[in-house]
This record gives sequence, C-alpha cells and structure tokens, in this order.
Amino acid sequence: MDLADLRAIADAERAARPPAEIRCCTAAGCASADAPAVLATLKTAVAAAGLGDRVRAVGVGCMRLCSQGPLVAVEPAGALYQKVTTESAGSVVAGLTGGAVTAEPLDPRAPFFARQSSVVLENSGRIEPERVESYVAADGYLGLYRAVREMTPAEVVAAVTASGLRGRGGAGYPTGVKWATVAKNPGERKYVVCNADEGDPGAFMNRSVLESDPHKVLEGMAVAGYAVGAAQGYVYCRGEYPLAIDRLTTAIKQATKLGLLGTHVFGTPFDFRIDVRIGAGAFVCGEETALMASIMGGRGTPTPRPPYPAESGLWGMPTLLNNVETFANVPRIVRDGPEWFAALGTPTSPGTKVFCLTGKVANTGLVEVPLGTPLRTIVEGIGGGAPGGTIKAVQTGGPSGGCVPAELLDTPVDYESLGTIGSIMGSGGMIVMDQTSDMVDVARYFMEFCMDESCGKCVPCRAGTVQLHRLLSRVLDGTAGAEEMERLEALCHMVKDTSLCGLGQTAPNPTLSTLRYFRREYEAKLHPGTRAQRLRLPMVSANGPGGHAP
Amino acid sequence: MPTPQPAAAPPHPSGDKRFKLLEVAMRKHQFRADALIEVLHAAQQLFGYLELDLLLFVARGLKLPPSRVYGVATFYHFFSLKPRGKHTCVVCTGTACYVKGADALLAALRAEAGVGPGETTADGVLSVLTARCLGACGVAPAAVLDGTVKGYQTPATLLADVKGWVTGGPR
Repeated sequence: MDLADLRAIADAERAARPPAEIRCCTAAGCASADAPAVLATLKTAVAAAGLGDRVRAVGVGCMRLCSQGPLVAVEPAGALYQKVTTESAGSVVAGLTGGAVTAEPLDPRAPFFARQSSVVLENSGRIEPERVESYVAADGYLGLYRAVREMTPAEVVAAVTASGLRGRGGAGYPTGVKWATVAKNPGERKYVVCNADEGDPGAFMNRSVLESDPHKVLEGMAVAGYAVGAAQGYVYCRGEYPLAIDRLTTAIKQATKLGLLGTHVFGTPFDFRIDVRIGAGAFVCGEETALMASIMGGRGTPTPRPPYPAESGLWGMPTLLNNVETFANVPRIVRDGPEWFAALGTPTSPGTKVFCLTGKVANTGLVEVPLGTPLRTIVEGIGGGAPGGTIKAVQTGGPSGGCVPAELLDTPVDYESLGTIGSIMGSGGMIVMDQTSDMVDVARYFMEFCMDESCGKCVPCRAGTVQLHRLLSRVLDGTAGAEEMERLEALCHMVKDTSLCGLGQTAPNPTLSTLRYFRREYEAKLHPGTRAQRLRLPMVSANGPGGHAP
Repeated sequence: MPTPQPAAAPPHPSGDKRFKLLEVAMRKHQFRADALIEVLHAAQQLFGYLELDLLLFVARGLKLPPSRVYGVATFYHFFSLKPRGKHTCVVCTGTACYVKGADALLAALRAEAGVGPGETTADGVLSVLTARCLGACGVAPAAVLDGTVKGYQTPATLLADVKGWVTGGPR
C-alpha cells in the first residue's frame, strides 16, 4: 500500500458513486427507532423504481438530531427527513422523480444544524461506517500516510503539541505533552490505549463517533503509535455498546487487510496492531489505572499515581492513554497541519468539542461547537431551550461535574471557565433541567451513582459516598437539620481531598455545586426541631435501585 | 505480555459441549491469564450466567487461583452469578432517563410484576434490571426488552410490552 494505491481506492469509490444518494442513519439512537427496517425499505424502493443506476440508499452514521430519528438525508438535493417510518420511506424515493413525499421534512438550515461545526463529526452521517473505502474516499488515512512517510516521530509529536489539542476525556491535559512523555520514556515495548469506556450517564459522543466513523479513531491511534514508538494498541470499549464494538472490529479487519494497520504500515518498518477489549460494566474503569488493570484481566481498581501510565502502564511499560475524541482529532491535525486547529476555539482551549445535549431540551442529540462557545448558545440557540418551561440548570461533566445555574448560562464552555464556576467540562454530557427538577434529588442521584460505582479500594470513597448519600436522603426526607448540613459539607470536602482516584475525588462535585447555587432548596427542606426530635423521625426513602445489567 | 502457555484444561466431567466451546475461546487467547475478562464474557454468553463450577473450570484453564476469578467475576456488573429470568427488562437509569422519569417506569414494573431492580419473578420468567446509561439518551427514557432498545417509554407502553411475561401479578 502506498499513496497511489490509496488514491486509487478513493477514486474508484468516488467513480462508483451514483449522482444521488439517500442516507439513512443506522447509529444506535436511530436503530432503536427502527432505522434498519427503514433502510431496507429504501433499498427495495430504489430497486423497484428502477433507479438503481442513478440513486443508491446507504446506511450512514449519526446525523446528530437523535430525538427525531430515524433521520434520512437526500444528497445532493440537501433534503432531510425526520421520524421516517417504513410506511413513509418509499415516498422519499418517489420524491426523487417528482412524487409527493409524505415523510416529515426537517430544515437543514435550522439553528440546530447551522450553528454547529464539523471537525470530529465531519464524516459522521456522510460516510458508510462499515466500509473502509468510504472513509478513504473522504481523505481517510492520508494523515497516517503523511505521518509515517513524510514525518519523523518527533515531528508528529511537535505537530500535535503545536495544535494545542487537549485531552477530550475531561481533564484537558495537553495531548502533545503526554505524547512527548511517552515517546521519551524508555521501554522495550510501548502501548497506545484508546479509552472508549464512556461511563458517564447522559453521554454518548464516543459511542456515536465509534459507530459513525470508526476508522478515524483507528487512524488517530496509529499516528500516535508511530509518534510514541508503540506497536500495539487497545481500544477499551464499554460492553454496553455492542454496535460500536461490531463496527470497530470490522474496521480493524478492513484496515489490516489493506495494510493500513498491522505489519509494515504503508510499506514502512512501522508495525501497529489494534485489539478491542470489552469492558464489563464498571464506571471506575474510565479511570486510567483502573482501565489498564481491566485490560490486563484484573479487577478494575485504581492504583496511586505516580507512576503515571506514561512511565509504567500496561505490563509495566510506557503507555499512552487518550480518549476516543482526542484520537479522532489527530488525523486532520497531521494531514492539514496544526495551524487551522489552533485557530479554532480559544487560545487556551483550541478546537471543537462534541457534546450530548439531553434532558429537558427541545432538540436532543449531538452538538459539536468550537470551545469557548457560551453555554446559552448551546442549550438555547442550538438546543431550542426547555419545551414548555424555563431552564433551571445545566448539568455538565456527569457524576464528576456540577450544575450550572441559569444565571450563569453565558459562561463560555472551555476547561478553565467551567472549572471556575464549580463544574467541569467532562467528557461532554450536558443535561438540561427545568423547574420540575429538584436539585437535592439530582445531587442524591449522582451520589447514589458514585456509591454504587465506588470500587471499594479506598475508605474515603467507599464509606464516604454511602454516608453522603444517607445525609442527602435525610435532607430529602425532611429529617435533617442544620447540623446534618454542616456534616454534609465537611464530609464532601473530606472525600474530595482524600480519595485515591478521580471517582472519589470528584464524587462530591454535584453536591457541592448544588449547595453553592441552590442552597435555598436544601434549607427549605431542613427540619427545625432538635437533633433528638429529628432522630425519632422515620426515614422514608430507602436506598435506590441496585442490580445492574449490561 | 506474558509468554503463551501451551497448557490445556482437562475436559469437564459433565461432557457438556459448551465447555468444549469455552475451551476453544480460552485457546484463542493462548490460555493467558490476562484474557480472563474476555473468557468470562465468552462463558456468560454460552451459559447465560456464571456458576461456581464454571468459574472453577475457567480458573483451571487459565491457571489462576479461584479467588482471582471469583474476584473479577463479582467486580463487574456485567457478570451474573445467578440465573436470569427467561425474559429481561432493563430500565436505563442514566441521567437523561432519570430526568425524564425512569423511576416511574421502575415503580410501574414493581406494581405490575412485584419485582424491583435486580430481582426475578418467582416463576423465573421476568428479570427486572437497571443500567447506567445505554447511550440512548436521545430517546430517553429508554428500556431494553430482551435485547431490543425501546425509546420514549411511559409506564403504559412498557407495561403493555411486558404484560405477556407477567403471570402472577403483584405479590
């Protein structure tokens, strides 16, 4: 495989493309709304109408507006249809020859689409995720070619550093610095790991990227492998994402067959193999040391850092760990140079970020915007606000994040600004809450999550989350007084300061941020009596649901 | 990576063919200890749940102490050491589903079938489970009925779907 072969694949793919294309989303959101049947109907209708040589119906990835699925797009006409059913699908095909379309149209110029950017999601909803040729025709693997054939590993690291890309898993650590550290650490073997254990409830951007454009992530990992000197990569994917695992596995097979992965990538001495490891339903495995323990077949419990994975990771070797979205940004940075990327977003947080906008908001789905975009633009401009109500708060960062109150909606979304107001960027979950949400209950919901997911290794997290959950339940029951409130706050800080890993250190964040902005809701629930009186009151709310399933 | 071990597990005395298939899965990973989670995934797929005897078989195959295998199997939510009901109803309790009323779905299931999360009806037909986010937040609240994700659930739509599986009613 060399550049001519790659171009030949792209040219053949483009030449075989008929003038019109009907694209049906087949990612998990639309798939649960019957998209596979809709796609089959579209294909049958195209054949039945004798349009086989001029039109083709293809399954593509996510088109972002998940709540209105299945979505069907007609290109190059630029038409978009929502909630397409097997009954209305035929009319979309009839529409191509002047027939009446009964499927519900959607305006692609609506703010939800028009105000978004496309970097990570550039191919999502446009290419066929299960065919490598489709990705190659969209200039795929050109970045990897440039890296291994035209650049030294040090130049690749320098390009990533110059782009200013920061870790998209939430912490925002500069990617270039991490790559440089792994590159310079000695080790007989090195590893590249892609963290696709997207455990934050309410976040599904990684799933969407893996289902819509898996090759982009593989290409990013291979570039990383070349840059740091690794020959083996792992994608650690959640077991809850069977479709993403399927598509990743298919993509790895196809890329290996073409010589884009495996031995002698693009005919160079660089070898890079990627294996998928499937998680087994533990939130803590999103933490890097726990994730590595899980890849090595053990219990997913974290270990103290240092040593950081960059020094001693998988099997004691230097290991590079990045999030799915971080890797997905890499191919274009290498292909087109770092400057255009650095020009996007803000000086300290360049590039774009994909968010999952869900909850009480009119438009639910994936949103990609440059970093530094005000939260209001995302939830009101793009999201369309809360239907039939007013936005009370926006929760960002999942169980490690906080609630941003409505009065702070003008805060720009970047790593620093969100940190200042007591939340975090996190991996990109954004849940809108309206007046019907009780903020104390929200705090307890997240505490219950952390209590269930605590691995039990360190005491502050194992015991602290249980006590915090109990105190929050007492507030909700009206059996807590000022004294319990004091204890709640003190314990929050204790758990935050003394836990071993990120799970415990951030578990109190939702509670602390609701205490900061919605303290009145807590105080309104307090019992005025003495402690002795309160203790005689029965506690109504039992512990919440247990028993998990994939 | 540790060097591959050419070991082979002794055949299971029961003569159950599924143990053979499990051994094939272990061989695919060269009986490496670090493939434990992959092997447990395979075992659960074959047997439905992880019986103690099955865990011992895996421990012998991968040359691991039973404590390590048991420790890993009980650590992850995905692995079940108890048999599940014939049908499963998983209610997503991720944040988006929670905001949109997942608790009402669970309450309705409890009222109708008499079982809560993690429980199976006495007749062994229906298991009710919860999941922390299926990533189907766009269609919240979501539930998974025997592997099929259903979006926009209400107590009424969910109960209509599980009705056929509930024989006893609330207890």
